This record gives sequence, structure tokens and C-alpha cells, in this order.
Amino acid sequence: MNVKKYIKVTIFFLSLLPILIIFYQIIYNQLGPEPVKEITHVTGNWTLRFIIITLAMTPLKKLTKLNFWIRYRRMFGLFVFFYASAHMMTYVGIDYRFDWSSISDDIVKKKFIFAGFLAWLLLLPLALTSSKKMIRLLKDKWKKLHRLIYITSLLGIIHYLWLVKVVTAEPLIYLMIIIILLILRIKLKTN
Amino acid sequence: MKKYKYSEITPEQIYNKRRKFIKSIGLGVGSISLNTFPFFGNAYSQNKTDLTTYQDITTYNNYYEFGTGKRDPFINSKEFKTKPWNVTIEGEVDSPISISAEEIISLLPSEERIYKLRCVEGWSMVIPWMGFSLSKLLNKVSIKNSAKFVEFESIYDPEQMKGQRYPVLNWPYKEGLRIDEAMHPLATVVTGLYRKPLPNQNGAPLRIFLPWKYGFKSAKAIVKIKLVKKIPTSSWMRSSPREYGFYSNVNPNVSHPRWSQATERIIGEGILSPRIETEMFNGYGDEVANLYSGMDLKKNF
Repeated sequence: MNVKKYIKVTIFFLSLLPILIIFYQIIYNQLGPEPVKEITHVTGNWTLRFIIITLAMTPLKKLTKLNFWIRYRRMFGLFVFFYASAHMMTYVGIDYRFDWSSISDDIVKKKFIFAGFLAWLLLLPLALTSSKKMIRLLKDKWKKLHRLIYITSLLGIIHYLWLVKVVTAEPLIYLMIIIILLILRIKLKTN
Repeated sequence: MKKYKYSEITPEQIYNKRRKFIKSIGLGVGSISLNTFPFFGNAYSQNKTDLTTYQDITTYNNYYEFGTGKRDPFINSKEFKTKPWNVTIEGEVDSPISISAEEIISLLPSEERIYKLRCVEGWSMVIPWMGFSLSKLLNKVSIKNSAKFVEFESIYDPEQMKGQRYPVLNWPYKEGLRIDEAMHPLATVVTGLYRKPLPNQNGAPLRIFLPWKYGFKSAKAIVKIKLVKKIPTSSWMRSSPREYGFYSNVNPNVSHPRWSQATERIIGEGILSPRIETEMFNGYGDEVANLYSGMDLKKNF
């Protein structure tokens, strides 16, 4: 194995760490008085963090003029999908026990759940077309399709902002970083 | 982690009554009346009569004066000074009074009151409070006929309460009740929990507790009780009038604009326990429903 491979494997396991910590905390009962909510929050937070990491790869490549960053973009993108799915499954499976009537009612009536569900739905085609084969197959369309991540990232933040009772620093910090990253993209493209 | 068993904190007689209650449910006989604790009077069919642990009650709090995180109040209230502490009762009264918390606590004997707390966020606890009916305190003054509402004001002290340094809510925290609600025997002035003095993070030295309303209605660390003519505007109403109404009675049929109120999670039950159905007036309908007869509770949320 060469160095590149080592780095990739290391990043892979580091990215798995948050979910491993959750499993550890479940087993050792360390998730506090409301464990389901805690798992929901932690997986939701990591989804947003991985969105930010994924969105940062292209600007980093352009700013540093190093191709190195782009190698990990797909993996980070798949971790977005992984944590988003874990987040949704916590809500659907653990919290609401697949009570579809309550869940569908929430999706239709509660805008923050609608935004979150839509964000997850938009991630689906991206995850399904992430392979090299699909990139070759879809050619130019692939790039267009994967721009959906911009919409997803904003929906994710809206989902967070609509959820909180009072606006705290955290969702605003995420929002700021994502806006900066999106602006950076436009700027670096036009230059 | 020390777990308090019910038998450790409850008089034997009541403990035995509870065993009987649980048995009766097991046999499918739901109608047993335990008037001592209104909560138990309701045939609350699942096993939710267990008290929430002291640890959970004192480390999982919404008390934005000490920060918005659930653990913040526990961490940030350790140095909070509750002595000296004065409470004024003023407004539409013949002569306003100012009385120390210590005096109130020694003057009006506290009893154990086990009530369920339902947070607007969709979780609940069962707490063995110590306290007495608010009406007893209000009877210390002679209230004018013009008084229609009661406004509670919590302490404003950003030096000690770091959450108040940010405009998260309109400080000081304010809450209110209609006068007949305030005079209801279930409306409680809380002085302690688990037979101990009230911890700072739970609203020491004195707080209000209204078991049939969402938790935020129960103001903590109160310094002022004002009898008023007009309906008061609470801090949460000011923050978002569409989401938080004046009454804020627990009501599974009226959802919060952003989330459902039909179900709730029981604190401390672990990830394998399911949600339970939320009850009208948090299960205290027999006692308080008559306060709202004829009112449209969807409009008056």
C-alpha cells in the first residue's frame, strides 16, 4: 500500500469515528437522559459537518492548486449520505418506530421535517451515481446532477434553523460557512 | 450513578397504594382513585408511574438564564446565590408586601407533590416536588376585585446568570396565569424536590409549577408576583406569539406550529422505550378542565 492509500484508509476510519462513539455510548449508557434525541442531534450535526467538508474540497483544490483534496471528495460525500441516513433512521425507526401515519403526517405538516426529508431525498441520486462508472456514463450530466448538493446543504441548514426554539450560534455558524463556501466556488470559477 | 427507588423516598403507605395501583392496571381495572396525587388518579395505562431519577431531574433542564444547553443550568448555576431573596407581591392588592423566601418556606409548610412535567419539546418527567398551593401565598395579601391575571417575574441578574447576557429571550423571564388558574389547588409554589431543598438548576429558591401546562409556563426563581388587570405577555409569547399562547395547556390535539404534541418521550427510559401518548391537560383534566369550559382551546392555545 502506498501513502495515498494509507491516507484514504485513515480518513475513512476517522469519518466513522462519530458513529462508533455513538455505539460505544449506547452500550455504556452515556447518552444522557434523552438518548434518542441525543443520537438524532449528533448524527444531524455530523451530516452538516460532512456537507461542509465535502463542499470545501473543490475550493481547497483551487486555492492550494493541489489535486490532493479532490481524491477524498467522493468519500466525504458518501459520508454525508451515511450520516443523513443514520439521522433519518433514528427519527423513523428508533424515535417513531416506523409509525408511518405519524411520520407522513409530520412530513406533510411540519416544515422542518419536510425540509429535512427533502434534503435526504435529494442526496439519494447523488449517492447512487457516485461510482466511477456512473461518472463516465453520465458525463456532463453528472456534474449538473451533483450540483444538487448546494440545494441539499441549504435545506439542511433550514431544517436546523426551523427546528430550534431560539436561534443559537451553531446553525448560524454552519450557515455562514456554507454561504462562504458557495460564494468561494462562484468566485474561483469566474477567475 | 445512584438510582433512587420509589420505596426509598415515599412513605410506606403511599408506596403500598402504588403497588395496588399497578396491580389494578395489570388486572385491567383502570378505575382506582388516589386523591393524594392527582397524577396517580388517572389510569395512566403504561408504566409511567416511576419517578424520574434525581440525577435526570437535576441535570436535564431548560433554564435559558443559565444557557440553552440541557446541561448548562446544572453546570452554570452552582455559584448562584439564593440568599438573601425577596419576593414582592404587588399590583392590584390593598397593600403590597415584600417577603423573604426563607419566611415563605417556614410560614407555609411544604408537602410532597408528585407531578408529571411535560415539556413543550415533547418529553416528560415525573417529579416528587415539595411545595404548597400558590393560593396560600396569594392569600397573604388582599387582592382587589380588579385583579384578573397574575404575572410572575423571575430574577434578572446577568452577573450571575450568563444566559441573560444574550437576548435569547426577553429578560427578565415573565409568565402569567388567569387568576382562577392561579388559585387552583394544583398551581404550586415549589420549595424542593426529592425532599431536599430546591436545587439552583431547578429554580431555587422558589418556583411555580403548573402540572397541566407545558413546562415553560412554570417560572423559576421568582422575585415578583404581580396582580394585574390585563392579560400579561409572557417572554415566550413575546418571542413567538404564533407558537406560544398564553394558556399553553398540554393538549395533544393542538400541535405546536413546528412539531406535533401528540406523543412524548419519558426521560431516563433509554433508547428502547417507545414514545407514549400525550394526555389532555397532561392527565389532570379531571381537576382543571372546568377552568376552560366553553373555551375553544385551539384558539386559546
